Amino acid sequence: MKKNLPTFILGIVLLTGLVAPLATGASAPGFYIEVLLGGLMAGVLYSLVALGFALIFKASGVFNFAQGAMVLFAALAVARLAERMPLWVAMLLATAIMIVLAWLVERLVLRPLVNQEGVALLMATLGVSYFLDGFGQTVWGSDIYKIELGIAKEPVMILDQLFQGGILVNKEDFVATIAAAALVASLMLFFQKTATGRALRAVADDHQAAQSIGIPLNRIWVIVWSVAGIVALVAGVIWGSKLGVQFSLSQVALKALPVVILGGFTSVAGAIVGGLIIGVGEKMAEVFLGPVMVKAFDLAGGGIENWFAYVLALLFLLVRPEGLFGEKHIDRV
Amino acid sequence: MRQAAKTRLLAAATGALVAAVAATASAPAFAQAKEQFFPVLSYRTGAYAPNGVPFANGYVDYLKLVNARDGGINGIKITFEECETGYATDRGVECYERLKGKGPTGATLFHPLSTGITFAVTDKSFTDKIPIITGGYGRADSVDGTVFGWNFPLGGTYWDAADMLVQHVGKKEGGVDRLKGKKIALVYHDSPYGKEPIALLQERAKMHGYELLLLPVTHPGVEQKATWLQIRQQRPDYVFLWGWGVMNSTSIKEAVATGYPREKMYGVWWSGAEPDVTPAGEGAKGYNALVFLASAGQGQVHKDVLKHLHDKGQGTGKKEEVGEVLYNRGLTFAMMSVEAVKRAQIKYGKKPLKGEEVRWGLENLAIDQAAIKKLGFEGFMTPISTSCVDHAGGRTASMHIWDGKKWNVQPGVIEADQQIIRPMIRASAEKYAAEKKIARRDCAKEQ
Repeated sequence: MKKNLPTFILGIVLLTGLVAPLATGASAPGFYIEVLLGGLMAGVLYSLVALGFALIFKASGVFNFAQGAMVLFAALAVARLAERMPLWVAMLLATAIMIVLAWLVERLVLRPLVNQEGVALLMATLGVSYFLDGFGQTVWGSDIYKIELGIAKEPVMILDQLFQGGILVNKEDFVATIAAAALVASLMLFFQKTATGRALRAVADDHQAAQSIGIPLNRIWVIVWSVAGIVALVAGVIWGSKLGVQFSLSQVALKALPVVILGGFTSVAGAIVGGLIIGVGEKMAEVFLGPVMVKAFDLAGGGIENWFAYVLALLFLLVRPEGLFGEKHIDRV
Repeated sequence: MRQAAKTRLLAAATGALVAAVAATASAPAFAQAKEQFFPVLSYRTGAYAPNGVPFANGYVDYLKLVNARDGGINGIKITFEECETGYATDRGVECYERLKGKGPTGATLFHPLSTGITFAVTDKSFTDKIPIITGGYGRADSVDGTVFGWNFPLGGTYWDAADMLVQHVGKKEGGVDRLKGKKIALVYHDSPYGKEPIALLQERAKMHGYELLLLPVTHPGVEQKATWLQIRQQRPDYVFLWGWGVMNSTSIKEAVATGYPREKMYGVWWSGAEPDVTPAGEGAKGYNALVFLASAGQGQVHKDVLKHLHDKGQGTGKKEEVGEVLYNRGLTFAMMSVEAVKRAQIKYGKKPLKGEEVRWGLENLAIDQAAIKKLGFEGFMTPISTSCVDHAGGRTASMHIWDGKKWNVQPGVIEADQQIIRPMIRASAEKYAAEKKIARRDCAKEQ
């Protein structure tokens, strides 16, 4: 209990912050629910990208800095291919491209760096990130491209009997959330129930032990990078349809960084819960905390959404260095 | 002995190398003697590329056109070099430093195409003596040429734009006094660019009694859910959009998602081009934005660009994008830059000119209706007339509305109210001069 006290206190503080706008009457209940829903929906998308990070880290111990660039690259591929063929064909082709990319990364970047320091692998993925950002724009272009999923963009009002003015829900966000949640659930099933999934987990637990029982490390790495590529593709398509496919997607995808810090680098559940906490936290902070801070401290003002996500992650690091669901690192000496 | 021979051989080789380098370096310098160098700070990659590319294409096409059609500026060939800034201030400053000394007389002038870069290079311009053109952006107080000797916000500033927007919505309400009790939200890029209009809007709010909601959007502007939820909660009567790049289309998309009417959204001139509305599809219908200089369309100059460049495979960018809003803006700014050189040639002679000499041309720029027609820009800009004191030379704009397929320019011209803006410029320039210990120029003596 003593060990968990800081986490418990932090939890209480955050929960208080979460309900404060409602409890103090600073926000109408309907609006509060809208902000909460907006945060949860954004959070599911963050979880999706964070899963890509967690998957690769679990299987290879590499922090894949290129995950954001992969999201952009995949989305660009789908958007530009869809201009010449039906969307589903474009998505299939883009999936193939992402798998080839995974194989290339394994052959050209990871394999030569086996047994090197973790930081060397991190720097290598940083290089891959810059390469994909630039190469993607060179091949596919740097304009804003559209991905039309055919979902209505107009909002719908629900519960207007219960709350004044109703609660606004965006259909596109809703469908995107369902799709992202479905993918997260299927990935969890893949890891728990399939032989490949079990092999991936075995590699994650102990590389050498996994190899000694005949699990081919290189093949597993290709699989895990391919899965991360497909996750990037789905995230890219969903985000691309909402925001337009453009360079900034890679930066939005980096929002998954605080998510994995908060949730734990090796945990799929952590990526999901972390995403939701970051999503809700940043939206609540932007709408309710920002204006209060400006007023109270006579600040110049400015958007706090972007950096607040990192503040949240750092707070969690302070009390739980391994993240919410991360494995505790113990070295026996 | 062998050592001495080796040393002699090494010395001879070094000498030959030095001579070769000197010869290579001096050869182009000699060849470039009749050339005027234009640095082009552009962003063709990164978050702001969709807007940076058409501007750069228009700018470069005009420089090429002057060479191809006219044989240069009165016989002086234009040379140019693009440098990718990515809209980042540090890279912009790097480009500035790299290009300022190029060409036989150094850089003619700079268009930073970023308020952040403008802020960073303004101080440098005093020592480098190279004009900084910031048409429709940059520091609003830099209109005052007696303090900001090297900045030229040709055609207007953000204070002008903000003033025009307030006037326009005031007119819609039946007079600016009717804005009392109304709410205007400013959705702005959280950067020096986005913050620039706040002072003017606050000043106007004091005068007319409207409530100003300030809603910052952090770079690059793709996360605006929280911003638009606040708009839904506060229900402002008008939204002024002060975005750039992907932020603009995201704002319009979020307005659709939260059901805010696009007819009540008014963008500054950097939020009113094709890349801002087309990604939002039908949802952008009814969205308004200021037109700075030219809207979309083609005139005589475009025919020349197509004939002399694109038809010969020399054009920059896609042929079908010639005549888009930002392409036209780049084209127009290149024209004004070339005209400034032409003007300066009257005083200094038909030779490659230094930045300091080009400044005189910029301070004596007089592009009237007849000149506009002669240059092939009829219908694409209003006259501009600068002076040593007034570095903007014009402060009018019109409004255009997106109908789902194209921009439609509304009749009438809006002119920024200098009764309000001039004292603000004076006070701000005064403050800057005091901070930087700059002595005001005596324009009467200099001309």
